[in-house]
Amino acid sequence: MDSFRDKIIPVTSILAGVVVLWYVFAVILNAPFQRDLDTRANETPGTVEFIGKTLSQPKPTLPAPHQVAVNFFENTFLRPINSNRSLVYNAWITLSSTLLGFAFGTALGIVIAVGIVHVATLDRSLMPWIIASQTIPILAVAPMIIVVLAAIGITGLIPKAMISTYLSFFPVTVGMVKGLRSPELMHLDLMHTYNASRAQTFWKLRVPASVPFLFTSMKVAVAASLVGAIVGELPTGAVAGIGAKLLAGAYYSQSIVIWSALVAGSIVAALLVMVVGIAGRLVDRAMGGRTA
Amino acid sequence: MRGPSPAVVSASKLGLTFQTNDGPVQALSNVDLTIGKGEFVSFIGPSGCGKTTLLRVIADLERPTSGAISVNGMTAEQAREKRAYGYVFQAAALFPWRTIERNVALPLEIMGLSRTEQAERIKRTLDLVNLSGFEKKYPWQLSGGMQQRASIARALAFDADLLLMDEPFGALDEIVRDHLNEQLLQLWGRTNKTICFVTHSIPEAVYLSTRIVVMSPRPGRVSDIIESTLPKERPLDIRETPEFLAIAARVRDGLRAGHSYDD
Repeated sequence: MDSFRDKIIPVTSILAGVVVLWYVFAVILNAPFQRDLDTRANETPGTVEFIGKTLSQPKPTLPAPHQVAVNFFENTFLRPINSNRSLVYNAWITLSSTLLGFAFGTALGIVIAVGIVHVATLDRSLMPWIIASQTIPILAVAPMIIVVLAAIGITGLIPKAMISTYLSFFPVTVGMVKGLRSPELMHLDLMHTYNASRAQTFWKLRVPASVPFLFTSMKVAVAASLVGAIVGELPTGAVAGIGAKLLAGAYYSQSIVIWSALVAGSIVAALLVMVVGIAGRLVDRAMGGRTA
Repeated sequence: MRGPSPAVVSASKLGLTFQTNDGPVQALSNVDLTIGKGEFVSFIGPSGCGKTTLLRVIADLERPTSGAISVNGMTAEQAREKRAYGYVFQAAALFPWRTIERNVALPLEIMGLSRTEQAERIKRTLDLVNLSGFEKKYPWQLSGGMQQRASIARALAFDADLLLMDEPFGALDEIVRDHLNEQLLQLWGRTNKTICFVTHSIPEAVYLSTRIVVMSPRPGRVSDIIESTLPKERPLDIRETPEFLAIAARVRDGLRAGHSYDD
């Protein structure tokens, strides 16, 4: 009951507001083209008929929500999953490179963070480069990675995953550096009184203390990975994937296709963040968190 | 009490100066002190008198800048490496992701004891602090007093003869504190450990100690050492006896002499 009042009502009201606004803008943005068509056909439709027409153009400037919903439904549920027009199929292609890149990125992020926390020279030398790496626009880097890797014979999943890695290691590094440094001075002193080795302090204190930081940064990283995978599909002219759908939609001005691919992408992103969140909660519970 | 028993802690001309942004701060100056085996020594004084710093020097958590310190006849560093002492901090400092028994097991794991040995010691020390039955609880499920008892169990688990306690009950309310003071005395009586106890409570210091080291600030130094004449057996209401009050008055005099009550 509380969750109904606290979450569902606010969220649905916002959603309803967005949908209404969306319809309004769909009418406004599609109207000029519709007026053009009507003039050429010598038609003078009434207001209601005119609005109806602006919301049912085959290639609208801004597709109406129901057009996107219908297209999304057809391409998700009515097509065989192995068809390359199926959004499930395309989402899976993108998802597989997202997950691979995310796994690499998380591992790389953790390794770099451990290095930074334990080696003073790395702390000073590496961090500026890591920050610089994220200021370079990924759209500029992605084609280069793909072209260079293609030149040495690596194509397909790996280059896309590498772009995901490039985007996702950063939040994990930053989060883990913070997490590994999060133990209180008192806990570190305690380990010192036990004459604990660096490795023991690392495994028994720093690692468990960093776990909440890891999951928070992994939520950001997994969303970044998905963006990386989609961006990675654009310059390759990939034949499948959400990025490929977006590109194809853009080529043929199929705005409805673009929007339904966008919806598919956001759903995948939301699911990924949710899965990481649930994993984080399960681990927290296993580590004696208060929610247990 | 002191007599011929071997010195557990011995400090001579001990000094420690911290370099801060506002210039050097003399946390300890010219501290001479010998603590014999089985003694219960309290360090009392206002904040900034160096009582915690002195305890940390004994524990090798700080290095003195002058003078010498020995613990169990070794340097403080060697003593720490041999795990000669258990340290109890102001807060319980339990690891929140470990259950009470895993927290007590922490030093045992670090020392590389076998699982069966660990289990035996966990049981024994949790019995000693009356926490049997709470093995599987996480720290947040326990009250502050119970958490601090768990941290004492952790300090006792590896059988060091010396217990260093830095205002362990400072954050607890008075009723819990009385109770824990009583239990600590019983524990000390049963285990024959040497205890160094930092506090800023005069009644606590008088109730617990065989000897009270009064310290004063700027620079941190020992201004008086008071031998307690109270018997080893001490019920809580000993604190209303004239003998107790006389010792408390002497401690207060010592603090006043060290200018601890000055503005």
